Amino acid sequence: MKHILSALVQNEPGVLAHVSGMFAARAFNIDSLAVGRTDDPKLSRMTIVVVGDDRMVEQVRKQLAKIVSVVKVQDFAGKDTVARDLMLLSVAAPAEKRPEIFALIEMFNAKVVDIGPKFVMVEVSGPEAKIEAFIEACKPYGVKNVARTGTIAMPRQPRSNSQE
Amino acid sequence: MSNNPSPGASAPKPIRKPGSQIIVDTLIEQGVDTMFGYLGGVVLPIFDKIYDSPINFVIPRHEQGGCHMADAYARATGKPGVIIATSGPGATNLITGLATAMMDSVPLIALTGQVRTDLIGNDAFQEADITGITRPITKHNVILKDTKDVAQTLREAFHIATTGRPGPVLIDIPVDVAMGEAEVTPPEKIKLPGYKIRHRGHSRQVTTAANAINNSLRPVLYVGGGVIASGAFDELRMLAEKAHIPVTTTLLGLGAWDQTKEGSLDMLGMHGAAYANYAVQDADLLIAVGARFEDRVTGKLKTFATNATTIHIDIDPSSISKNVRVDIPVVGDAKQTLSELARQVEYRERKEWFDKIAEWKEKFPLFYDRNADTIKPQYVIEELYNQTKDSEATIVTGVGQHQMWAAQFYKYSRPRQLITSGGLGTMGFGLPAAIGAQVARPGKLVIDIDGDSSFNMTLQELATAVQYELPVKVVLLNNGYMGMVRQWQELFYNKRYSCSYLTNPNFAKLAQAFGAAGITVEDKSAVPGAIEQMLKETKPCVVDFRVEPEENVWPMVPAGKSLHEMDGLDIFESMA
Repeated sequence: MKHILSALVQNEPGVLAHVSGMFAARAFNIDSLAVGRTDDPKLSRMTIVVVGDDRMVEQVRKQLAKIVSVVKVQDFAGKDTVARDLMLLSVAAPAEKRPEIFALIEMFNAKVVDIGPKFVMVEVSGPEAKIEAFIEACKPYGVKNVARTGTIAMPRQPRSNSQE
Repeated sequence: MSNNPSPGASAPKPIRKPGSQIIVDTLIEQGVDTMFGYLGGVVLPIFDKIYDSPINFVIPRHEQGGCHMADAYARATGKPGVIIATSGPGATNLITGLATAMMDSVPLIALTGQVRTDLIGNDAFQEADITGITRPITKHNVILKDTKDVAQTLREAFHIATTGRPGPVLIDIPVDVAMGEAEVTPPEKIKLPGYKIRHRGHSRQVTTAANAINNSLRPVLYVGGGVIASGAFDELRMLAEKAHIPVTTTLLGLGAWDQTKEGSLDMLGMHGAAYANYAVQDADLLIAVGARFEDRVTGKLKTFATNATTIHIDIDPSSISKNVRVDIPVVGDAKQTLSELARQVEYRERKEWFDKIAEWKEKFPLFYDRNADTIKPQYVIEELYNQTKDSEATIVTGVGQHQMWAAQFYKYSRPRQLITSGGLGTMGFGLPAAIGAQVARPGKLVIDIDGDSSFNMTLQELATAVQYELPVKVVLLNNGYMGMVRQWQELFYNKRYSCSYLTNPNFAKLAQAFGAAGITVEDKSAVPGAIEQMLKETKPCVVDFRVEPEENVWPMVPAGKSLHEMDGLDIFESMA
C-alpha cells in the first residue's frame, strides 16, 4: 500500500542526507520525495511517498522520527488528504496538431508556459493519477521531456471548509 | 545579560576566548575529567588548551583503540566517554569504535578535527567528509561552522548522547573554528525541537502489562542492556521478586540480574543456556525490557516464544515491533516503568513453573568435559571466576568463542561488571576496552578475557597500558584459530578450515617486550597457579593459555533454527 509521510525537518545542511541515508541503510524504498521550506524559515517539509505493508511503514515512520533534526512525522494513510504533483512537460506540437493539443491542455486544466516552433511546454498539477493520465494523452504526439516534483500533501481541514 | 546570574560570569564585559579554549571549558563544565584521543595537525589548538586543563588524558596507539577505551569508560561509569581524533585518517579510524557504541547504545562524544572551512570540499590534505561517513553509525552528528556555536553545540551533544536511548554523537571541528574567537556564553536551555524522549510509559499500557503479569502462569523476564543503561537494577529485582518471575538476559544484559541468586535463567539465545531457551519457548508471558529481539537472541523469528503474550518495554519506539509482533508495547524508561510495574503486580507462587525450570537446569546445565587432559577454555574461566568472585572484578572481552564462554561460565552479579561488544561483535574490542575500564576504575581488578585472533587486532594498546601504569590482566584463551569461525566451518562447511588458522607470536614474550608481564600456560595443572600469579601482578599482564584447539561453544542454535532446536545437548544424553 502507498503511504504518504510528511516530515517537518530543521532547515539545516545534511538533513536530507540523513533522511535519505536512513532509507538506504534500512533498505526502505522511496517512491517520491519532495522538499521545500515552510512559512517558518527554520523548518522544511519533506513529503515522502513509500510503498509497503503497514508494519514496514510504521518502522519507517519511527526511524524518521528518531532522527534528531526531524521535528515531526505524520502518516496520512487513512486520512482525507489533498495530494498534488507538479509537472512540466514538453510535447511535440506541429501547427496542424496544435488545436488538438490545446484542447487537451484545457481539458486537464493545464497551462501552456512556453511555446517554440516545434514544442509546447505545459504545466500541470494535480493528483498523481491526473498527471499520469496527461502523460498518456500526450504520448501519441511525442513527449520530449518530463520534470515532476513528486507528491506534496496535506490533510484536509475537518468538516466542510476544505479548499476544493 | 547582566541581570542573568550565572556562575563565574559576573563581569560586565563579555569575555572572548578562542574556540579551542571554549571546547575544553565546556567539556569541563559538562563534567568531563577523563578523555582519550590522538593528536594531529588540525586538533593541535585543542590539545594546546588540554595541556593547561585538569583533564586526565590517555593517548592510545591507534584511534580505534582510543574509541573503544572511551566506550568502555562510559560502560564502566555510566558517564559519557570522550574521544578526540584529527581530521581524515584520524577520524576514519574511529569508525569501528563509533559503530560499536551505536549498536550497544553507549553514550560517547567524538570530537574530530576538520580542515579549514574554506578548504572543505576541496579534497584538502587529510580531509574526509566525516559527518557523511558517520551518519549511519552515530546517534547524531554536526559540523561546526562558527566559533560562537561551539559551546551550545557541545552541550547539545552531551544531552543527546546521554538521554533517551544513549549513543555516540560526533562533532566535527574545522581548525579555523577552533582558532577563531567568540564570546563566552552561559549554558542556555537545550532547544532541540526534533528531540523528544518519553520517560514515562503510558499508564494504561503499564496497567495492562501489570494485569498480564498477574494473570500469567509461566512468565519470563527477558532483559537487555537497556536495564543497565537506565540503572534499573533494583527496580528489576523488585519486580522479579515481588511477582516471582525468572529472569534471563541477553549478552549485554548480563549483570542486570545477580546470576548467583535464585530465579536466574542466565543468558538466552544462540549460545544461551538450554534452560533459558526452553523457558522462553514455553512461557505464556514474555516481558522484554531494554532488549531488542536481535536475531542472535530469537533464532528463527516465526517460532520464537509462540506461546507467549509479549510485553516490550523500551525507550526507543523504533525498537518496538521491529522484529517481533508485540502485544503490549510500553515506550518508556526501564527504571521508571519497572518501578511502576513492581507497584502494580502481585506475588504468585508459580511453583509448577519454577519446578519445571529447575528440572531443565538439572537436566541441561552449561557443560564441558571437566576430566579432559587438555586445558579446556571453560575450565580457565571457571577457575578465574572462583579466584575473583569476591574481588569486584570487571570482566571485559573480545569477540568470539571466548566471549561466549565468558558469558556462560563467569557469573555476573552487578550491572556494568561485564563490558563486551554485543551488537556489532567487534573483534579487537577487549584490550582497549579493558584499558578504558581500568582508567574508570583505578585500583580495581580489570580482566580482559580474550581470544588470540581478537587480541591480535589491537594488541599494540599494551603499550598504552604500560605507559599509564594500568594493570589490566589479559586472560588469553589461545586456541590458534579464529575459534568461532572454525566452529562454523566444522559444523556447516564440512571441516574445511579455510583461512581460519593464523600463526601467533609468543604472546608472553611479546607482552614482556612491551614492558608488561607475560606468562605461558601449557599444562592444565598450571592453570590455577598462573591465575594466582596474574592476580598478584602489579603490571599489565598477559597470560597465554594454550587451550584445546577444537573446543566448541555449546549449546548452539544454528542460524535460522528455532530457539529450542539446540545442538550440543546430546552430550547430556551420553552422560546418562
